[in-house]
Amino acid sequence: MSVDKETVANIARLARVRVDESHKESLAKELSNILGWIEQLSELDTEGVEPMTSVVSMKLPLREDEVTDGGYPDKVTANAPEGAHGFYAVPKVVE
Amino acid sequence: MATTIKGKTGEWEMVIGLEVHAQVISKSKLFSGASTAFGAEPNSQVSLVDAAMPGMLPVLNKYVVEQAVRTGLGLKAQINLTSVFERKNYFYADLPQGYQISQYLEPIVGEGTIILDLEDGETREVGIERLHLEQDAGKSIHDQHPTQSYIDLNRSGVALMEIVSKPDMRSAEEAGAYLRKLRTILRYLGTCDGNMDEGSMRADVNLSMRRPGEPMGTRTETKNVNSIRFVQQAIEQEARRQIEVLEAGGEIVQETRLFDGMTGKSRSMRSKEEAHDYRYFPDPDLLPLELDPAWVETIKVSLPELPDEKKARFVKDFGLPIYDAGVLVADRDTAAFYETVAEGRDPKLAANWVIGDYFGALNKSGADLESAPVDAKKLGGLLDLIADGTISGRIAKEVFEEMWDSGQDAGAIVEAKGLKQISDSSEIEGMVEEIIANNPKQVEQFKGGNEKILGWFVGQVMKMTQGKANPGMVNEVLRKKLG
Repeated sequence: MSVDKETVANIARLARVRVDESHKESLAKELSNILGWIEQLSELDTEGVEPMTSVVSMKLPLREDEVTDGGYPDKVTANAPEGAHGFYAVPKVVE
Repeated sequence: MATTIKGKTGEWEMVIGLEVHAQVISKSKLFSGASTAFGAEPNSQVSLVDAAMPGMLPVLNKYVVEQAVRTGLGLKAQINLTSVFERKNYFYADLPQGYQISQYLEPIVGEGTIILDLEDGETREVGIERLHLEQDAGKSIHDQHPTQSYIDLNRSGVALMEIVSKPDMRSAEEAGAYLRKLRTILRYLGTCDGNMDEGSMRADVNLSMRRPGEPMGTRTETKNVNSIRFVQQAIEQEARRQIEVLEAGGEIVQETRLFDGMTGKSRSMRSKEEAHDYRYFPDPDLLPLELDPAWVETIKVSLPELPDEKKARFVKDFGLPIYDAGVLVADRDTAAFYETVAEGRDPKLAANWVIGDYFGALNKSGADLESAPVDAKKLGGLLDLIADGTISGRIAKEVFEEMWDSGQDAGAIVEAKGLKQISDSSEIEGMVEEIIANNPKQVEQFKGGNEKILGWFVGQVMKMTQGKANPGMVNEVLRKKLG
């Protein structure tokens, strides 16, 4: 599978990444290479092999349902460029 | 029941599927230890995980998993022992991660069923496609500032169950019945409080129109409708809109629409068009969730009796009509209240009183079962007085009103007001003789074959006794003396 310039532009827009026109061609080539390599991996016969989801053999850790966190609104919003009345304040995003 | 709509060019049939977002009842969030309590100060129930600070890792809440499994079992659904959390990628101001952790290809619960109880007492089965766990987003407030939106992340990361139905519904009425039944089941299970006005249950409506018998048409999705009435309105309105477009020779565009409860209308959300490319992929921070079948079994045996089973039991053991049983089981507390009243008493009499006079009084006063001045024990006491003949059913209604106003026991009111039924046959005979002697004309009419006049005589006795005479005995004595 190969990636063209339009696909690069679309992926960049979805990810909110600004990509200069001059870089699109080379990025398309890079992404195509990566996809080609993945495709090569899929040539392997993996019939009956469980997918490896972690490099260490472990189960998903679970926690008990207890309130152990929160209660520090100032810390949470400390890095916000703008805030008001304890809220984050962002440019209006009304539908 | 009509399931088609007449357009200008013939019949149309609705095809409806619902996606319900139900907030899971839990103390803390899906992946963090911050509280889920409603109505706290902005951003006071936010952990650094919920605010998506770099390096934070999600840790799954075991109880929420249990709640999802419990719900799946309550919906008679397949429990998937392996499920996978994925990232659903999109940008919005109240989604700090830039993605929602959700389940996609492998949800925790698969196919199940819900039985709808329709108005006419009929039932209908609707399939459940799946149930998956996901994070809620934060809350945006748009009306506090002319150029800014305010963001509160208290809700960010709260656990939701998205419950997706099959496209099995054919009318707004069925969609309403589905939501009511689902809400009842969730409340019985204690997995979601079902309060649509607090946003803990919200529905997205998928709707398409087709000619009866034809394949499905293109659907639209109306988002975040927050009451059952609005869901029904949104369906009616969208169905009419689609018929208009189709009959004018147009095509339905697959799109997301937003319903406005104020105007009762929906409009297209154009900004969401590009958002449909969510680029799901398994969340690398979370391993697949594996459930121990023995654990699932322990949840299964701990399930409460569910509304359908309870209804069947009320019909079978108490001999109640299906409709009455349905009304009583619609709410778990109501069902428990009824069972307390019915215990050791005539179950049909109890059902009539609970559904009729008691619900009537609740509605009129705006009270609920907890705050009502008459509890199950007191209502039971009143029924005992009817059962042992102390008072008649008619007087009982009077006593009940008095109980509601004063909060007193039935026995005390009957005693204080001298409302005890007159069941002394010689006393009644005396009164009947007196009435017969004073009203020869009516006696003639009865003897001439006018059976209806008997009611008039009963009325006279009741008048003399202020309604306290035992009606069965009055009838009996009258027939004997007149005949």
